Amino acid sequence: MTDATLENAPYAFVRKETLQQEAAPLSVAGPIAWVRNNLFSGPVNSLMTLVCLYIVVTAVPDLVRFYFIDAVWSGTNRDACLPEKVGRPVGACWAYVADRLQYFIYGSYPIPQRWRVNIVFAMFALGVVWMLWDRAPLKKVGAFFFFVILPISAYLLLLGGDGAETFLRFLILLTFGLAVLYLVLSFVPSLARFWTGPALLAVEEAAPPWQRFYRPKRLILMAMIVFGLIAVLAQAVGLPRVDTGLWGGMMVTFLIAAVGIVFSLPLGVVLALGRRSKLPIIQLLSVIFIEFVRGVPLITVLFMANTMLPLFVPQEYSPDRLLRPLIGVALFAAAYMAEVIRGGLQAMPKGQYEGAMSLGLGYWQMMRLIILPQALRIVIPGIVNTFIGLFKDTTLVTIVGIFDFLRTIEATLVDPTWATPTTRATGYAFAAMFYFLCCWGMSRYSIAVERRLAAGQKR
Amino acid sequence: MGEISMKKIMAAAIAGLGLALAASAVSAQAPATLAQVKQRNILNCGSNTGLAGFGVPDAQGNWQGLDVEYCRAVAAAIFNDPAKVKFIPLSAKDRFTALQSGEVDLLVRNSTWTMTRDAALGILFTGVNYYDGQGFMVRKKLGVTSALQLSGASVCTQQGTTTELNLADYFRANNLKYEVVAFASSDETIKAYDAGRCDAFTTDASGLYAERLKLTAPDEHIVLPEIISKEPLGPSVRNNDPAWFNLVKWVHYAMLNAEELGVTKANVDEMLKSPNPEIKRLLGTEGKFGETIGLTTDWVYRIVKHVGNYGESFEKNVGQGSLLKIARGQNGLWTKGGLQYAPPVR
Repeated sequence: MTDATLENAPYAFVRKETLQQEAAPLSVAGPIAWVRNNLFSGPVNSLMTLVCLYIVVTAVPDLVRFYFIDAVWSGTNRDACLPEKVGRPVGACWAYVADRLQYFIYGSYPIPQRWRVNIVFAMFALGVVWMLWDRAPLKKVGAFFFFVILPISAYLLLLGGDGAETFLRFLILLTFGLAVLYLVLSFVPSLARFWTGPALLAVEEAAPPWQRFYRPKRLILMAMIVFGLIAVLAQAVGLPRVDTGLWGGMMVTFLIAAVGIVFSLPLGVVLALGRRSKLPIIQLLSVIFIEFVRGVPLITVLFMANTMLPLFVPQEYSPDRLLRPLIGVALFAAAYMAEVIRGGLQAMPKGQYEGAMSLGLGYWQMMRLIILPQALRIVIPGIVNTFIGLFKDTTLVTIVGIFDFLRTIEATLVDPTWATPTTRATGYAFAAMFYFLCCWGMSRYSIAVERRLAAGQKR
Repeated sequence: MGEISMKKIMAAAIAGLGLALAASAVSAQAPATLAQVKQRNILNCGSNTGLAGFGVPDAQGNWQGLDVEYCRAVAAAIFNDPAKVKFIPLSAKDRFTALQSGEVDLLVRNSTWTMTRDAALGILFTGVNYYDGQGFMVRKKLGVTSALQLSGASVCTQQGTTTELNLADYFRANNLKYEVVAFASSDETIKAYDAGRCDAFTTDASGLYAERLKLTAPDEHIVLPEIISKEPLGPSVRNNDPAWFNLVKWVHYAMLNAEELGVTKANVDEMLKSPNPEIKRLLGTEGKFGETIGLTTDWVYRIVKHVGNYGESFEKNVGQGSLLKIARGQNGLWTKGGLQYAPPVR
């Protein structure tokens, strides 16, 4: 038997060496194939591609010319953006946005006091990063900062005045009292027996004194530091009262959105649980609230709050003009949030409830540890949808005379100082960019969260 | 400019509130607005949410305008400090309810004084701080100098406003042919006019000057002299406090009298030494006229020192000192052929 090697092959048509590997043919790889697969894969897609291409070709060059090439970037009044004064066609008047940017951010907030808003903005940014960045340390301290310390600090710093200072003194006394309490408990932990129970007490007693009750001590320490710093500021430079009528711009937009988002989620969870509760009164109240709020438009709620309420309530007891829409928006968002969360609760298989109960968990433990974490994960798109809707709905407060970001732009549009043919297009483009960045950021973040939380379900 | 739909809403709201108001009006016992304002240490002034020349925030966020200065003048008269005003921007829909409910002490928000508003809303107009009316703007190259030459013209206007109705009345009364090109928003209207969709543009005269600045070539357009409707704009107060009504009314008269007597922001200190008895009475160096309306004797001095007289305020905000460059016209003093006439201080 001969060896069937290539060298010995007796036939001339048998190739003796391996061929060089060739690139894939153009019809399955490379740019042409990509275009064919993605843009022209069939008659419908080809048509769509052509239509889109036509739109892009006709619109984009003009937009770019208007907003960038022909745009005016600096100037002090309308003369900078008038074609006959500049001697060339003028596109967007970005000089107007630059000139009024401070007003768009702070509204009429007094200029010497605007550092207070900046501090709150910085604290808000810190809190957001701390909460949203999943590798940030000390998440629980972060949550405490975001949900407790930040709102109180924002109230103290933004409003100021005698009331705020009295409240600040009370807070400092309170945190100081709690600090003393925990200091005592560190050395005599048995005093907390009635609260912790013997098992947890034994754990605390095993630790050295400075590590006992470590977690609450951290929170109190942070509260003391933050309130202490604010008190120093109040002493050193003073925090005169800034009436809410002067608040405006992005500051108010963020305030309304933040209050709505922070309050609507917990309230929505409570309402959703209430609606599924077997206790008839709780269920009835939840249903009535949710259905009533969902049955009226937000504008009606705002009108009731700012136009009708003052007619029924004596002037001196009437709540602040900014506070009323804040409460209205938060309650309104809560009702929608409740329905979204109820959807998540209904999607949970009954086995999860039974499994939790068979472990001996009570209602709240079952909800907190088993049901809600899963239910909320299911409805993340719905929750974020509600948040984005809420963020955009904040513009409705303009009709009750609150100067949110969009309203501040509209107010400057009537100002003759910047009256040019292109001011309006510039102002609204700026508003569109702001709202798009905020909403798009929220939706991207929610997608990332979804992916992270769904990791356990991937195979 | 009152929108028709807005009026309907207002009417419905008023009907609905009638009961509540009637009840509160009966139970209200002479609320001394001035005392409340003094106790609060700030004046709550219902203002515009943004109207060129009348109430607009500047780059620092401070309100500027003719209506705004009226509020500052009232504050100056009461507190000797024009900054003690809280401006509460009100939309056209909620302005009168805010006044009725006591949320604002006075409303200076370019509201047209009409019979219905005076009679049925429980409010009183204290006077007219700006005589407005509907006017026309045309291109210069048309060679038109009077609205009566507009026969056969197409006119751009805003839908559903009294402007549209006034336009129809005027052209019918003068037997002129015309074509209406109506748009939903004022912005679309001026854009269409700028693009040449129509020969003339119509809205309130004060608005014409502000809108003209948005045109690509403002100098190629003129405002015609005819005013075809009456829009007397003025401050209003609740009708349950005559003393407060008097005070607000006399702040306007004080500014007019100051202009008539030549007392200005710059020379008011010298004028204190003036031998003219009328100036003496006005500035409080003779007599105690301010005390009759619950103020101090130097109340006019305070107003003129901090805000200026009516003419100064007018020129600074809507007249030659501003970009609007509106002529005094009907808003001139009666001595100069205008309608602004103030009773004497004596």
